[in-house]
Amino acid sequence: MRPPRLLWGIAGIVVLFVACLVGGSMPSPVGEGDPVHAALLPPGTRVTVLDLADGRTLVSPAVELDNGEYLVHGRRLTTAIPTGDVVSTHDARLWLGSDRFGRDVLPRFLRGGRISLTIATLGAMVALFVGLGVGLAAATGGRLVDAVLMRTVDAVLAFPLLLLLILVSALFRPGPAMLVAVLGLTSWMGLARLVRGQVLSLRARSFIQAARVAGTRELRIWSLHYLPNLRAPLAQDTALRMGNLVLAEATLSFLGLGIPAGLPSWGAMIADGQRVMLDGWWLSLFPGLAITTLVVSLALIGDGLQQTGEASA
Amino acid sequence: MKRIVLRRLLALVPLVWLVATLTFVVVQAAPGSYADTIDNPRLSPETRAQISARYGLDRPPLEQYLSWLGAVATGDLGTSFMYRQPVSTVLARALPPTILLAGAALLFDLVLGLVLAVMAARRPYGWVDRITSVLSLGLYGVPSFWLAGLLILVFSLLLGWFPASHMHSVDVARLSGLPRLADLLRHLVLPALCLGLVGAAGTARYLRATLLDVRSSRFMLAARARGIPEKRLLWVHALRPALLPVVTLFGLSLPILVSGSVVIETIFSWPGMGQVAYNAARARDIPLILGATLIGAVAVILSNLAADVLYAVVDPRARRPS
Repeated sequence: MRPPRLLWGIAGIVVLFVACLVGGSMPSPVGEGDPVHAALLPPGTRVTVLDLADGRTLVSPAVELDNGEYLVHGRRLTTAIPTGDVVSTHDARLWLGSDRFGRDVLPRFLRGGRISLTIATLGAMVALFVGLGVGLAAATGGRLVDAVLMRTVDAVLAFPLLLLLILVSALFRPGPAMLVAVLGLTSWMGLARLVRGQVLSLRARSFIQAARVAGTRELRIWSLHYLPNLRAPLAQDTALRMGNLVLAEATLSFLGLGIPAGLPSWGAMIADGQRVMLDGWWLSLFPGLAITTLVVSLALIGDGLQQTGEASA
Repeated sequence: MKRIVLRRLLALVPLVWLVATLTFVVVQAAPGSYADTIDNPRLSPETRAQISARYGLDRPPLEQYLSWLGAVATGDLGTSFMYRQPVSTVLARALPPTILLAGAALLFDLVLGLVLAVMAARRPYGWVDRITSVLSLGLYGVPSFWLAGLLILVFSLLLGWFPASHMHSVDVARLSGLPRLADLLRHLVLPALCLGLVGAAGTARYLRATLLDVRSSRFMLAARARGIPEKRLLWVHALRPALLPVVTLFGLSLPILVSGSVVIETIFSWPGMGQVAYNAARARDIPLILGATLIGAVAVILSNLAADVLYAVVDPRARRPS
């Protein structure tokens, strides 16, 4: 039986991934939003969208028809629009409210999630490949290779990860692709150690020695014995690492060092929301909850994989 | 014991050198220099070149590296471009606030983690255990900067109990003695809470597991058979062996604490190492970047060593020669 933790974790990840990947490309029903009439509306607000003849779009939670004019109420001022200027109107709901520029938060939230998830996933892949490569090289190479690689790992590990990330990001101002590389290249060390340790301990195990004595070719021993046994610890490690990378990416974006300004990301949305905390608590609340859910789901998957590993061992 | 510590201290030298070299390579590889970050459009390219020359930034990288390394070997970390003061002075000023913050966070981490774990382990899988495990799992995933925002919103903007930033009040010069200390502590609460809460979640999770492990061991059964009350059993007999791995956990959590303090110090305008490192990196103040990372790395390595030594102190079994 699969442990329930694993299922909970997988459920959380699947929901977040599907929502962000599918919903991240959907346009907002209120278009670009309306900074004058629709700024800082709380979640769930019902708004009326007026498309004007001159191409502008007005969005407001309170629109009245009065003597052949639309009265569009904003927080501070009311605009009167003659009925003839309005091409069409429709109602929409701002499920996560609007920010101080009157933009719909939900599509930005999903798009930011898509960017954060993509960067963290790719970063974890980079870390996986580099860590696997270095770990295997250290385990199978000569004594000198092993010593050099492992001392390098020690030195990089002695670096506080986030400090290194902040340093590199502040110095290089990376774009999305570079950010993936930076995240990956600053977090492979634990994995390299894990792989090296696993391979060394597996090599001493009797089933691999038996295979070697039986004259099995080295390549076959790898594909038949080493790799299947490495899979579980690698999956568990990658799940936890992805959680760390999600947090790291969010932290960098929060500090303004992550992906370029203008692109939404959860970390940047939290930073933005905290500037208007008293007027818009929801702006930083939902991205924070999303990050927490994501990291916890990944931790549950890691825990669950460990339990399954222990159960089958 | 002494020989092991000595050997570890000697191994520290090449490790610190490697860290310093890695940092130097990263800083050199980065585009732009200190002269480019001075935000003054009237500065001519010639003046910028002069500034670079004054700080020796126009010399070949290898030469810069060797002269810097030579100076560091004699204890001279150079002069900060930004502050126009010796790097050691800037760092010496920034270190105490960070140590204070990290120490308070660590204390909070341990106390809260301990209480949560013992409460949870008293009745495994009971409702207290369930709540604490959900709580600590949630705290594990919470971004610290988001938590900081929430705490500021609730405790400083809405309730007004604690100040939202800085280490002292504006009128701190008028205070002395106890009121001054109270002022400092009031400013310390929120940042230390932010930094410590996330760690406490990990400590609680970990300690609960080891406590449950210890409870099922035979010496616990023997102690229970001797009629030792349940409370003493948990707090004294089970807790001491269960605390051993936590010592190692603390050594490992220091890098996280150092990293976390960069974020927390930036949010709370806490005048410590994290803020210095962050500002130095943004301004490409090379001597200060190098100095700060060097100190950070040494702190991390030393804390790992301290954790190992402490482990031997609290666990008699680890003292035996192997």
